[in-house]
Amino acid sequence: MAVAADEVIQVRNQHDIVNARHAVRTRAVAAGFRLVDQTKIVTAASELARNTVSYGGGGTLRIETLEDGLRTGLRLTFEDHGPGIADIGLALTDGYTTSGGMGLGLSGSKRLVNEFDIWSKQGEGTRVTVTRWT
Amino acid sequence: MDRIPILRIGNLLLVTIQVDMHDRLALQLQDDLTSRISTTGARGVLLDISSLEIVDSFIGRMISNIAAMARVLDAETVVVGMQPAVAITLVELGLSLPGVRTALDIDKGMSLLSAYTSTDRDRLEPALPATADGDGSGGG
Repeated sequence: MAVAADEVIQVRNQHDIVNARHAVRTRAVAAGFRLVDQTKIVTAASELARNTVSYGGGGTLRIETLEDGLRTGLRLTFEDHGPGIADIGLALTDGYTTSGGMGLGLSGSKRLVNEFDIWSKQGEGTRVTVTRWT
Repeated sequence: MDRIPILRIGNLLLVTIQVDMHDRLALQLQDDLTSRISTTGARGVLLDISSLEIVDSFIGRMISNIAAMARVLDAETVVVGMQPAVAITLVELGLSLPGVRTALDIDKGMSLLSAYTSTDRDRLEPALPATADGDGSGGG
């Protein structure tokens, strides 16, 4: 598997969430994603970017285009150095929220991608990596 | 500060969202719309989201909140023009917008609302399309 393109953008405030959506959309179109797949990965990116801002106190998004034989994929890595997640299992539960939101950010975005990985350590931060293939 | 325009047509309010909203803009719209319903006595709100390329849980919550607040102020909300890809994604995300009425386009949304605003509500109720949770009692 080769990484064909790579960029890192800042995710620090609500305007960066909009920018993250646009950047992911542009890359999904360039990677040849169908409209529904574009919409899914952009929606997942929006949820995860908001988590980075709301819970992580801001961080970064790395967008990588992957080439794996005939498939092309988009891998998004959201990373922050915020307080971390105390109970990842609980955070991944539909409807669980600590912010008065709908509690669908993590669990919902997991359903919108093909691969989902989360690392978090209290006091160190959180890293969420998702991949969707064409 | 940016604002989404709210147009008044008779006793209806029409909102066409044409920008990719940042979160504060969405909250601003929620506030503006509730005060406009209250000051105009509008009976219906038509929320045109045909330009929206995604609806995430934040925007979804805004839509549900608008519908719920409008209902408390005796106005019905119809969301029109959701793109198919957005609808598919929304359901997969886990949002079914309970309690929110939808129509495919502005024309259908208008007829739905004018039926509501011109007739007895109880007589109209059975003719309305079922919402995702079936009873339309949810509020987000």
